[in-house]
Amino acid sequence: MNFWLELLIKVGLALAIMLPVALVVIFGELKISAHMQSRVGPYFAGGRWGWAQPLADGLKFMQKEDLVPADADDRVYKLAPYIVLMGTLALYVVIPIGPDAVARDLDLGVFYVLAVSSLSTLGVLMAGWSSANKYSLIGGLRAAAQLIAYELPLVLAVIAVAVQAGSLSLNDIVNAQASFHLFGVESILGRDVTWISSLISPFMILQIVGLVIFLVASLAELSRIPFDMPIAESELTMGYLTEYSGLRFTMFFLGEYAGLVSMAAIAATLFMGGYSFPGVSEDVLNFLGPVILLSKVMFIAFVFIWLRWTFPRLREDQLQTIAWKWLIPAGLINIVATAIFKVAF
Amino acid sequence: MTDWITSPENWAFVLIAVPMVFAAFRAVTSPNVVHSVLFLVVALAASAALFLLLGAEFVAWTVVLVYIGAIIVLFLFGIMITRAPLGVETELSHSNQTKLGAAIVSGALFALITVTTIQGFGDAEVTASPTRTVEIGESIFQRFVIPFEVVSVVLLAALIGGIVLARRDPVEGDEAERSAMGSAQSANLTAEGGEA
Repeated sequence: MNFWLELLIKVGLALAIMLPVALVVIFGELKISAHMQSRVGPYFAGGRWGWAQPLADGLKFMQKEDLVPADADDRVYKLAPYIVLMGTLALYVVIPIGPDAVARDLDLGVFYVLAVSSLSTLGVLMAGWSSANKYSLIGGLRAAAQLIAYELPLVLAVIAVAVQAGSLSLNDIVNAQASFHLFGVESILGRDVTWISSLISPFMILQIVGLVIFLVASLAELSRIPFDMPIAESELTMGYLTEYSGLRFTMFFLGEYAGLVSMAAIAATLFMGGYSFPGVSEDVLNFLGPVILLSKVMFIAFVFIWLRWTFPRLREDQLQTIAWKWLIPAGLINIVATAIFKVAF
Repeated sequence: MTDWITSPENWAFVLIAVPMVFAAFRAVTSPNVVHSVLFLVVALAASAALFLLLGAEFVAWTVVLVYIGAIIVLFLFGIMITRAPLGVETELSHSNQTKLGAAIVSGALFALITVTTIQGFGDAEVTASPTRTVEIGESIFQRFVIPFEVVSVVLLAALIGGIVLARRDPVEGDEAERSAMGSAQSANLTAEGGEA
C-alpha cells in the first residue's frame, strides 16, 4: 500500500477511536462520581442517562470566545495546548491493539512512550508562563516540579517490566506475558499446571509493586486528584488553565482525558497482558484483541475515577515525600529483585 | 546536482536543517530569555529528527527524553522560579564587543567540529537501515562497559557535589534566633498598633 495513504488511515483511525473513548471516560467520570456521592448526575441531555452530556459540554466549550489576555505572550500562549495534546496523542503510535494491529511496532517502544510523554511538561510550563498571571505561573511551576518528581518512579516501574520481558517493544512485552511460564514448571505430580501459570502470567501479579508504582505515578503525571496541586481550585483558581477559554481550553480538557486513556492503555499493555487473554488463541485475538484491551483500559480508568472521588488532595510536601522517599526506593528495590529473579530462573 | 534533487533524504534534510539553523540563531539573538529556551527546544527537536533520518532511533529519542523532557524543563523551571519577565528585556542586549567575542568563539567551534567530522568520516556513506536498540545495549554493556561505569561514577560525583554546594546545613542556634526575631517583630507590631 502507498505509504502516505497508510499513514493517513492510521492517523484517522487513531483519532476516530481514541477521542470517542476519551468522551466515554468523561461521561463515566460524571456518572460514577455522581453515584458515589448519591447524586443522579447528568440526566436530561440526549435522553436516557443523559448520555450526550460530554458532547454538549464539548460543543459549549468550543462555541466560547478564545480569549488571549492583553499582557500574555501571544504565540507561546496559543502554541501551548497543541504541545500538551501532541504529547498524549503521539503515545497511541506504539500501543498494540491486536497481534498484527499496531500503528508502528517500534524497537524501543517503552522508551518512546517515556520520551514523548515528557513533552507535555513543556506545554504546561509554556501555558503557565505565557498567561501573564501569578496563579498560572505558580500552577505551571507546581506542575513541572510534580512531573519531574514522578517521571522517575514511572521510568523505574517500566524498567522492571522491560527486564522481566527482555524487550522494550510493547508487542514483545505482551507476547512475553502471554507465553510466560512461572519458573518453567509445567507439571506437578504428573498433572498439567500450565493453566495456572497462564493465569498468573500477566505482570500485574509478579510486578504488583511495579503496577502500584506505575498507577500512582501516572495519576500524578496526569495531575488528577489526589495529585492535583497544579490546578488546586481553592488556592490557584485553575492553575495554568486559568486564562484559557474556548477551543484551547477544550484541547487541554480533552488532552487530560486522552492522556488518562493512553496512560491506562500503557498500564494495561505493560502489566495486564494488553490485548491478550489467557486461553484465547492468536487468530481470535485479531478480532477480539481491541475489545479485550479496551475493557482493560476501561477498568483502569474506573480505578482512576474511583481514587479521584475517594481521596482528598495531597499537600505539596506530602506529594514530594511520596515520590522521593517511597516510590523511588521501592522502584529501585523492585528492579534489583526482578533482575535477581530473572537471572536465577 | 540532479542526483541531489531526486533523492528524498536530501529534501528531508533541508526541511529539518533550515528551521534548525534559524532556531539556533534566534536562541542566541532573542530578546526574551524564555523565548531563547523555546527556540533551543526547536533546535534540539530538529537534531533529534536528524538522528532519526540517520536511522539512530535510540539517540533521537534520548535527545527528546533527556534534553527536551528534562534539561529544558529544568532551564524553564529555573528561569521561572527566579524571574520570568514577559516581553523584551533590555538587560540582554549586548555591546558590540561581546558580540564580536561570541562570534569568534562560535565560528572557531564550528570550524573545529566541521574539520574533525570531515577528517574522521570522510565521504563514508551512512547505512540506511536503523540501528537496533539491542545492538546499542550490547555494545554499551559488553565492549564499552568500563567507560560506561566510569561515566556513571563521574555523574554521581557531580550530583553529590551539586547537592553539597547548594545545601546549607541548619546552623546551631539559628532556629532560636529566628523565633526571637519573630517575637520581636510581633512585639513591634503590637506597639505600633497600640500607638495608632
